[in-house]
Amino acid sequence: MPKVLLPTPLRPFAEGAASVEVSGGTVTDALESLVSRYQGLRNHLYDDAGKLRSFVNVYRNDEDIRYLQKGETPLSDRDALSIIPSIAGGAPEDAALSNEEIRRYSRHLIMPEVGMEGQKKLKAARVLAIGTGGLGSPLSLYLAAAGVGTIGLVDFDVVDDSNLQRQVLFSTGDVGRPKLAAATERLRGINPHVEVVPFEERLTSENALEIFRDFDIVADGTDNFPTRYLVNDACVFTGKPNVYASIFRFEGQASIFWAEKGPCYRCLYPEPPPPGLVPSCAEGGVLGILPGLLGVIQATETIKLILDSGDPLVGRLLLVDALSMRFRELKLRKNPECVVCGPHPTVTKLVDYEAFCGIQPEAAASSNGVPEISVEELKALRDRTAPFVLVDVREPHEFAISSFPESVKIPLGTLPEHLNELSSADDIVVHCKSGGRSAKAVQLLRQAGFRKVRNLAGGINRYAEVIDPSIPRY
Amino acid sequence: MITIDLRLLEEIRDHGREAYPEECCGALLGTGRDGPALVTRVERMRNSRGEERRRRYTIDPLEYVQIERQADEEGIEVLGFYHSHPDHPARPSEYDRERAFPFFHYVVLGVAAGQPGDVGSFVLSEDRGVFEREELSIEAPEGVTHA
Repeated sequence: MPKVLLPTPLRPFAEGAASVEVSGGTVTDALESLVSRYQGLRNHLYDDAGKLRSFVNVYRNDEDIRYLQKGETPLSDRDALSIIPSIAGGAPEDAALSNEEIRRYSRHLIMPEVGMEGQKKLKAARVLAIGTGGLGSPLSLYLAAAGVGTIGLVDFDVVDDSNLQRQVLFSTGDVGRPKLAAATERLRGINPHVEVVPFEERLTSENALEIFRDFDIVADGTDNFPTRYLVNDACVFTGKPNVYASIFRFEGQASIFWAEKGPCYRCLYPEPPPPGLVPSCAEGGVLGILPGLLGVIQATETIKLILDSGDPLVGRLLLVDALSMRFRELKLRKNPECVVCGPHPTVTKLVDYEAFCGIQPEAAASSNGVPEISVEELKALRDRTAPFVLVDVREPHEFAISSFPESVKIPLGTLPEHLNELSSADDIVVHCKSGGRSAKAVQLLRQAGFRKVRNLAGGINRYAEVIDPSIPRY
Repeated sequence: MITIDLRLLEEIRDHGREAYPEECCGALLGTGRDGPALVTRVERMRNSRGEERRRRYTIDPLEYVQIERQADEEGIEVLGFYHSHPDHPARPSEYDRERAFPFFHYVVLGVAAGQPGDVGSFVLSEDRGVFEREELSIEAPEGVTHA
């Protein structure tokens, strides 16, 4: 009987045999006899239409059956039929542009710095935007419009009224919708040739490397330190550039952190600031157009990296002051002692960034020695007109937005000088916008000897949400 | 998962650099068809394509038979093949997936502007549905320990 010689990768489908005796007078009969005995082989030898796959070579002795009589090639008992994989492959096809795309990108195509070649590079590029907020909005809108072929988005939030002042991805009608659903729809609306890949989850040490893997460039548009360090470290470990920007009130910063070519974020900021020292935009506010400026700078740098043209912001920190409308630049150097990108790194895998930034899990934070009162309890106290003192530690311009008429208004920063206005004999409830600053005030008061003092959990915003909708939330 | 010695990986990177702007290709030989795969030798092979060698590679079937026979004689295995993607990332193309065989490990090296960069290893699922990235573990050469 003729025998069939199997290549290494197909042997497991034939119980490990390298050679199998078959029946049949032609190649087709012999192969049929083989696959009917070992069904697992069929899918690898034949396509769905039942034709021999193009990358499966069949040789009778040392001759390709394509040059003999193909399937009808006769076999004698002494013949050996070899199945030989055609090992072949290659780089992805260059992204071709359709006529519609050529019309769409014509203002790019007529620039020699972009041209057809550059536009194809944009189409083949894969950019991951972390966050679809103030920075991620203009960033992703412009990347989509410019024709970046694949845009990944990481966010797990829901569109809120307070987002609309700067997050131009979203419309009023999107309030309450998941951000990624709204963002995906908007970006596809701008450019149907773009593939949007949504990751509706929090970026964590467990999923970051997996999410980053299939992207060429990461753009960090987050507003908190744990995620910023996580994005930095994951970019260092995967060798990807991190196009970075951050914003606060009227000021912004932008750079490209790329350990292979220059410094990383940890070269600039080895340690995070103590928790609470640097207020977030939710606490301190931000001029709505500022993320527009900085997000567009991120988009510009991203596109330059893809086109490999110009002078990227690697090793430079751009400082933007919108009030004076001045742009300054600081030179950044790689830190030879950097724990993550230096020659002797001590951080070689992703860590717990919440702990690194000194942030305690919520449950632990609330029991952090700061006694609390719920909004329901506060309502009960106010309804009974029980004797207690309500202290509002927000800033004066916030009193103009919302306040309790009976409260004593002492901004947190001035509290130490106003302690004499409070009596430790009174029951005191302290509040702010959402509970952060007032917790600090409670700690300060307790250190000063006040014992009957409690923090309003969730602040005046929670009270407005749960108890009294006539109070505006902000 | 497939494990490769840093020195052998350097051989692949050198090959990618030399072949640039064309694609290079070669065989991964070693042990562990039934257990964890360990590459013990890499063998350069000829890109037998007549044209489009900048974005395609093909290994001649008879040269494939030769390398497999050689491995059988030495009592080792053909674990898979490597190839480079000049000016493209180290990700398999659709063309790679369509032509892949199960059980083989396909190592892809990105070479950007002549410089070898990312490297990844991929395996085809048994139903041919997905070409999945697998862990590529890079070991320091024998006798060299990390400080």
